[in-house]
Amino acid sequence: MRKVFSKPASLSDKPFHYCPGCTHGIIHRLIAEVIDELNIKEEVIGIAPIGCAVFMYDYFDFDFLGGAHGRAPAVATGVKRVHPDKMVFTYQGDGDAAAIGTAEIVHAAARSEKITSLFINNAIYGMTGGQMAPTTLLGQESTTSPEGRSKEMAGYPIRLTEMLATLEGTVYAARVSVHDVKHIIQAKKVIKRAFEIQQKKVGFALVEVLSTCPTNWGLTPIEATKWLEQNMIPYYPLGEIKVPKEV
Amino acid sequence: MSKILMKGNEAFGEAAVLAGCKYFFGYPITPQSELPHYMAKRLPEVGGVFLQAESEIAAINMVYGAAGAGARVMTSSSGPGISLKMEGVSYLAGAELPAVLVNVVRGGPGLGNIAPAQSDYFQATKGGGHGDYRLIVLAPSSVQEIVDLTAKAFDLADQYMNPVMLLADGILGQMMEPVELKDIKPNIPAKPWAVNGMKGRAYRNLIVSVHIVAEDNEKFNLTLQAKYDKIFQNEVLYENYKMDDAEFVMVAYGSSARLAKGAVDKAREKGLKVGLIRPITLWPFPSERLAEAATTAKAFLTVEMSLGQMVEDVRLAVNGVKPVYLYTRTGGMVPVVKDIVVELEKIVQGGGK
Ligand SMILES: Cc1ncc(C[n+]2csc(CCOP(=O)(O)OP(=O)(O)O)c2C)c(N)n1
Repeated sequence: MRKVFSKPASLSDKPFHYCPGCTHGIIHRLIAEVIDELNIKEEVIGIAPIGCAVFMYDYFDFDFLGGAHGRAPAVATGVKRVHPDKMVFTYQGDGDAAAIGTAEIVHAAARSEKITSLFINNAIYGMTGGQMAPTTLLGQESTTSPEGRSKEMAGYPIRLTEMLATLEGTVYAARVSVHDVKHIIQAKKVIKRAFEIQQKKVGFALVEVLSTCPTNWGLTPIEATKWLEQNMIPYYPLGEIKVPKEV
Repeated sequence: MSKILMKGNEAFGEAAVLAGCKYFFGYPITPQSELPHYMAKRLPEVGGVFLQAESEIAAINMVYGAAGAGARVMTSSSGPGISLKMEGVSYLAGAELPAVLVNVVRGGPGLGNIAPAQSDYFQATKGGGHGDYRLIVLAPSSVQEIVDLTAKAFDLADQYMNPVMLLADGILGQMMEPVELKDIKPNIPAKPWAVNGMKGRAYRNLIVSVHIVAEDNEKFNLTLQAKYDKIFQNEVLYENYKMDDAEFVMVAYGSSARLAKGAVDKAREKGLKVGLIRPITLWPFPSERLAEAATTAKAFLTVEMSLGQMVEDVRLAVNGVKPVYLYTRTGGMVPVVKDIVVELEKIVQGGGK
């Protein structure tokens, strides 16, 4: 019998603990597949966030460091400056990267740290109970915007990837989604590219992944994928925003 | 080796380099600026990296990354910047990562000023960051001691897997003295726990400070306590100055101890039997030495450049056995030897504060 499907070697045997319909697990798997395909499992160092993916290191079988909320790009900078030939990636939620850790990700990008930065945008604070995130859409209900986010009170959602793409130091910036199979396949290609850019030491590479949070959005998993497609993609358009000439 | 003239802030840097520190992350603030300036020039010469971070928060987290990656690493700042680093210090302590921080203390609270002070004693020795942890705190009182204790700080950090702070002040940072860069060698132990990619290892390395189950966190904190007990047993450092026949004991560290020594000499000229105990480790604090001195001394006088912070540890150690008096200047003001002697005379006559 021919084996057509197996678990990536970079994933551990631990089952994901994420809520039904949450896409953190899909994104983890894509990262593991990319690391296997690039054959860099023994070179890679992951930096875990604080958020629902705080325990992501349990699901991978390679070196990991977990630090403070929002500071992963600074931690990654410290690691990469000590080991410039290793592969370092960060994985941050929208609260982690676009609120408390804004300064760290902006300056890691400005310095063009040769790391791969994954930014998981689920338009909400998942771990702490569905509070409004900097990426929560106008009108979107959350536990801290119960009547829906109003621009008068809370201003406008941040398009972090477009913002970082304006910096010279950001050499690659792309937004993908994982709400259906077609987009998952596309997302993997983009994530792989962001790791290849690091291998070539070109500069800071960022991939934003639109992600679902059915639990805190108050939707079923299927409704959540539809909500993402109908509401998030129009505000957060998909595609490669910035691509280096060299690759 | 012959002596060379060095500024305190630069001495921190050179001693760190000799001790094998190749990485420095910091954010500008007075009165410690000569240290990053020195490292910006010096580290590239030894194949290291100096990086100016966007904030003290970023700097301490870069330190966390570099320490986790297995390197000897340093950061420095002063009051307001140290406050921002405190979250990171708690994470370093929680993840048991070795790193060295320098605090060249300035007047506070708030923005305060850039004059020398000792008002960050509480922050350094009592927590500052959140959670059950201890920071090893070393207090040099000369440029030579800056050199010696900086090298020691890296060794202690690696030995105990704990952050170490060098607590100085604007006087020590700015003063120039001849120093000998004695036989400082990089005694860097193997770091099989470092995150540097799995190549050549059958296992992966993981560095975190989370213990989500309370029972596990308690168990972990008790291992921290056992480590702290060991530090307390083995690493206390202090200097006795004219203590042999002292009836009145001054307690002072860092710059104040230099002035207190002057006051001991002046008081002795007047026939007063005064001595000085100078804590060199502020945590672990030389409590046992003070308790012992309390059996023979008539009274204690703590001299500090703060409203009185270390005095609480002196009082705990003396435990009510003898009176403990306090003489302080604060907000960046420096005590004068003459005034300390006046205070001593009052105490001898039974009228101290
Ligand atoms: C300094 C600090 N502030 C607040 C928190 C609490 N906290 C933990 S996770 C989180 C938000 C996470 O949201 P996000 O980054 O969007 O990730 P998600 O959980 O949605 O994956 C917050 C506020 C913390 N751990 N540390």
